[in-house]
Amino acid sequence: MYLRQIWTIAAKDLRSEMRTKEALNASVAFSMVILILFSFAFDQAEDLKGLLGGLLWLAYAFAGALVLNRSFARELQNDCLDALISSPAPPSAIFLGKALANFALLMAVELISLGVFAILYDVRLSGKLGLLSLVMLLATWGITVIGTTFSALTVNLTMRELMLPVLIYPFLIPVLMSAMILTTDLIAGVPIATNLVWLRVLVAFDIAFTAVTVLYIDVVLVG
Amino acid sequence: MRQTILFLLAAVFAGILLWNGATILDLPQQVTNVGAYKIIYFHVPAAFTAFTGFVTALVASILYLATGKLRYDAFAAGVTEVALAFATANLISGMIWARYAWGIWWTWDARLTSMLVCLLMYYGYVMLRQAITEPTQRARLSAFMSILGCINVAFVYQSIAWYRTQHPSPVLGFREGGGMGPGLETPMYWNWLAMLCLATILASVRMRQGEFATEIDSLRRQAHSH
Repeated sequence: MYLRQIWTIAAKDLRSEMRTKEALNASVAFSMVILILFSFAFDQAEDLKGLLGGLLWLAYAFAGALVLNRSFARELQNDCLDALISSPAPPSAIFLGKALANFALLMAVELISLGVFAILYDVRLSGKLGLLSLVMLLATWGITVIGTTFSALTVNLTMRELMLPVLIYPFLIPVLMSAMILTTDLIAGVPIATNLVWLRVLVAFDIAFTAVTVLYIDVVLVG
Repeated sequence: MRQTILFLLAAVFAGILLWNGATILDLPQQVTNVGAYKIIYFHVPAAFTAFTGFVTALVASILYLATGKLRYDAFAAGVTEVALAFATANLISGMIWARYAWGIWWTWDARLTSMLVCLLMYYGYVMLRQAITEPTQRARLSAFMSILGCINVAFVYQSIAWYRTQHPSPVLGFREGGGMGPGLETPMYWNWLAMLCLATILASVRMRQGEFATEIDSLRRQAHSH
C-alpha cells in the first residue's frame, strides 16, 4: 500500500515532467553550457585529468538544482500541494515519491551529460562504467534527498530559486567531495580498493539523511 | 530578576577577562618557535563557545518540535546567531595566526574548511529564518534545518579530516597527543568560561528581541484584522 502510494506520486511527477519537459530541457542545456565554459576556464591547465571528476560533479550539482527547484514548486499552481497533503498518502510517501521522480530525472540528465563530457574531454569510459554508475547512483541519491527536502522547505518562499542553491550546496559537500574523488580516480584507472572510505561516506550519508527526512518530513509538509 | 542575572554574568565576564588577561600577558613570550601564539587563548575558546552554541541550538530545536513552544524557537535562533559570531571570531583569529605561522591567510585544511562550511550552513539557517514571515512556520522549518545541520557537521568534519589536514594536532591535555606544558592550558579554560558568559548575555538579548518582534508582528496582524 505504502509502496504503491510512493509509486503513484513518482509516476505522476514523471508523467507531468514528460509532458512539458521544462525542467529536463533546461537542466540538460544548462549542464552543456557549464561543461563548455569549463573548457575555457581550464584552457591552459597542464593536467586536466586530475580535475575531470570535479568538473563533472559541479556540472551535475548546478544542473540538479534546476530540477529540484521545480519539484515542489510545480505543485503550487491550483493549490495542488494542499490537495497532495490532504490526500490519504502520508507525508513521507509524498516525499519519497517526489524524491524518486527527481532521482530518475537527475540520473537522466547526468547520463546525457556524461556522454557529452566523455566526447568533449576525451574520456575513455569502457570498463569503468560499472563502478562509475555505482558512484553516480549513490551520490545522486544523496543530492536528491537533500535537494527534495529543501525544495519542500523553500517552496513557499518568495526567493525560492535563490534560496535553494545557497542552502543545499553546503549540505552537499560530503557527497560532492566523495563523488569527485571517486570519479577522478576511476577515470584515471586507480583501483577502487584505495578509495573504499569515500564509498562508505556516500552510503552513510544516504542512509542517515534518508532516515532523518523520512522520519521528520511531516514537520515540513504538514506541521 | 532577568536583568540582575545578566548584570552578574557581565560582571563575571569582565572579572575573568581582566584577571585572565593579566595572566596571559605574563606568560613567557616564546614557548614554541611560532610567534603570536597567545592568540590561541581566544581562538580555541571561541571555537568551543561556537560549538557549545550549535549543540544548544540543536537541543532547543528538538525541544521546540516536541513541545511547540515558540520560546524554544526564539532561544534556538538567538543562540545560533551568537554562535555564528563566535565561529567567525574563531576563523578570523585563526587566519591572523596562520599569516604569522604559515605565511598564508588561508589553506584548504580539514579544520579550516569544516569550520567555514559550518559557518555557511548556519548562515543559510539565518537566511531561511529571514525569508519566512509566518512565526510557527518559521519555527518548524528552521528547527528541522537545525537538526539536519548538526548531522551534517559530523559528516563534513569527518570526511574533510580524511581528505587532508595541516592544522596543528590537538593541543589540549584531554585529547591524545595534546598537552601544552604546565600552567599554559588553564587560562584557555577560563577564557572559555568568560566567553560562555558573554555568549549567554548576547543570546539572551537577542532572544528578547526575537520575542518582541513576534509580539509586534502578532499585534500588527490583530490591527489588520480589525
